[in-house]
Amino acid sequence: MPMTPETDAAMSTMNDTAAPAESLYAKRKSVFPKQIDGPFRRFKWLVMAVTLTIYWVTPWIRWDRGPHAPDQAVLVDLANRRFFMFGIEIWPHEFYYVAGLLIMAGVGLFLVTSAVGRAWCGYACPQTVWTDLFQHVERFLDGDRNAQIRLEKAPWTPLKVWKRVRKWAVWLVISFLTGGAWIFYFADAPTLQHQFWTGQAPFVAYGTTFVLTMTTFIFGGFMREQVCIYMCPWPRIQTAMTDEKSLIVTYKHWRGEPRTKGLKKAHDEGMPTGDCIDCLQCVQVCPTGIDIREGPQIGCITCALCIDACDKVMAQVGRPRGLIDYATEIDCEAEMKGEAPAPVLKRLFRPRTIAYFAIWTSIGLAMLFALGVRPRIDIAANAERNPVYVRLSDGSIRNSYLVKIRNMQSRPRAMTIGIEGLEGAVMWHEGQTRDQASRALRIDVPADQVLKERVHVVAPAQGEARQDFAFTLRTLDEGAETAQDDETFVRPETGQ
Amino acid sequence: MAEKKRIDAPTGTQTVGHEWDGIEELDTPMPRWWVWTFYATIVFSLGYVVVYPAIPFLNDASKGLWGWSSRGDLHQTMDAEISRRAPILSAIATTPIEKLAAQPELMQAAMQGGAAAFKVHCVQCHGSGAAGSKGYPNLIDDDWLWGGDLQSIEYTITHGIRNPDEPQTRNSLMPAFGKDGILNTTQVQDVVSHVRVISGQEKPSASSRRGDALFQQNCAVCHGGDGKGLRDFGAPNLTDPIWLHAGDRETLTQTVMNSRKGVMPAWGHALDKATIRMLAVYVHGLGGGEATPVQAQVAAAPATATPAVATP
Repeated sequence: MPMTPETDAAMSTMNDTAAPAESLYAKRKSVFPKQIDGPFRRFKWLVMAVTLTIYWVTPWIRWDRGPHAPDQAVLVDLANRRFFMFGIEIWPHEFYYVAGLLIMAGVGLFLVTSAVGRAWCGYACPQTVWTDLFQHVERFLDGDRNAQIRLEKAPWTPLKVWKRVRKWAVWLVISFLTGGAWIFYFADAPTLQHQFWTGQAPFVAYGTTFVLTMTTFIFGGFMREQVCIYMCPWPRIQTAMTDEKSLIVTYKHWRGEPRTKGLKKAHDEGMPTGDCIDCLQCVQVCPTGIDIREGPQIGCITCALCIDACDKVMAQVGRPRGLIDYATEIDCEAEMKGEAPAPVLKRLFRPRTIAYFAIWTSIGLAMLFALGVRPRIDIAANAERNPVYVRLSDGSIRNSYLVKIRNMQSRPRAMTIGIEGLEGAVMWHEGQTRDQASRALRIDVPADQVLKERVHVVAPAQGEARQDFAFTLRTLDEGAETAQDDETFVRPETGQ
Repeated sequence: MAEKKRIDAPTGTQTVGHEWDGIEELDTPMPRWWVWTFYATIVFSLGYVVVYPAIPFLNDASKGLWGWSSRGDLHQTMDAEISRRAPILSAIATTPIEKLAAQPELMQAAMQGGAAAFKVHCVQCHGSGAAGSKGYPNLIDDDWLWGGDLQSIEYTITHGIRNPDEPQTRNSLMPAFGKDGILNTTQVQDVVSHVRVISGQEKPSASSRRGDALFQQNCAVCHGGDGKGLRDFGAPNLTDPIWLHAGDRETLTQTVMNSRKGVMPAWGHALDKATIRMLAVYVHGLGGGEATPVQAQVAAAPATATPAVATP
């Protein structure tokens, strides 16, 4: 936001009283956000309920995949290198779907940020959600802002010790539930829970739970806005991604200044008055402890609680709402000149957001399409190169291949491997002998597995030194899927 | 450059005191907790230096209170691995080789153990792909000098070939027909002609017809009248396209003139039973392994023999 002469002057007066920052190290200023109610607060409640429910419930949803696959709807099975998400099973070689999801998440954030600023920070970021939750606990146990400040300043009496222990205990329980829930995404949740309480879970489960419990406890209870301001790169990136048409939480200084404490009295005396009565409600409700009236800043996570607080005050003093409001920079400039701002919807739909949305949806659609048509069987042959061919005692030439057959479905499947091209060739696998050689091998591939089969192919010595052929794979069940892998049969150069 | 630190009005933060073309830099203070975290890492490093080997001396380094070393760590891992493998290896050593196939997990261990041992002990002569080279047999084709079933291979590996230190070694001596004066130069050429005819490399000629008669007198004892060889003597099949040395006239002449006496170590002196068994399973599984004959005992019997040498 460009500094207009008025704001510059206003801020200078405001900051002239600031004490010189002598120390190289800044002590954290404790933040005691005040309870507030309003439409944005209720929206935050809703987002918190939805995100926490998703986080805690997801691992416990069951999804029947038959006897050969886990029945957990969402499971990151690191040990077996499978990722299950409802009806979708991802193999390691299909990791690009996960990459696609991450790209969608990235573009989605661009979209949201360019349209409504740091909405992610204000509503959906886990740091915000858990900090918010911890602050509610704090208010519930120790009282609202003023009571908390009194308690903070109070000497360490047994009562204060008890209150602190009580608060930290509740935080720790929430943290443990948070850290403990994470591990259920990586193993069968009911089994792991039983193992966890009976001491049979793998060490990594306890370790992960401990680490995530402690990070939740420390980040949500003590670090809070310090994480956003000092540790998180995202605010800085988002600052670069918002533009003059992004919705941000703005204090309309042209309406608020000059701030007037006794509005009525000043009005009666004929002094110039702004709408801001300097009640500091916006500062007191802020979970990061900033003053939004200083303009857009890195500490603002755009949670809009100050809008709720200010709207309430404006209603009380009989002024229109929206002294602090979601607004775009160009609308602010229009308002300043006395023009009417453009409707919000018009700001949301503009080339930049539409482009982001188009990219986002096309990646999503492309992935859905790819998921729909992706093969569930695969054959890949690796020719043995040491040596590339062997001459047999009847003069024929043998090439050997390590053939990998993937059955990516959760049921055992019968298949045949065949040879396409390479006339006169027959093959046999390691469990057979040359007498049993044929042009087609029947194999049973277990559910959800890769079968490795060493296959010997014998062909007459007469023929090209490098002859192309293909291994074909065909399922013998109702699916009748096919796959093939192009290979080369190598013979000695002519004359040998 | 102005060296005056001042408080920047809009931010309330002190500047670093430098100014370039009107641009100043804020000296934003670090958060206090960050500094404490930094101190904590220093304390951690002190503890690390005390409990882990860290301070280098001339010949050694400080041992550390916990006595940890990467070499000790390796020994521990290796010992654990050795004791994990011990029951599998003893099961392999006590299971007759032809019965291993019935136990897939033993068979798999044997294949992998054999592949590892092969890379240590066998690749020097037979090559890393086991395809051999001139004078060193190819182990992946279907042609065997001394037998290609599991027991024959295991016997060969255990006792070696023409090994002077091993009484039960596979042994046979092809006479040096030319050098020892058994055949004269023309006769050697005639025998070579015959061998090249039966191996399909030449058309019958007067020389090869003379060679046929000489072959029946001198060579058929070991190589058989039809030249198809005899495994009891390690005598190669001369009619197939596979040659241990080569099938061209020059090489064959050298072979008949000077004889060939390939040797192989008796690995029974150097390797334990389980390793030899795993090697045999691996070599047998390379692609040319033959089925165990019905009268297995006969094939496994010592095949020491000295072929009778016929004089013309």
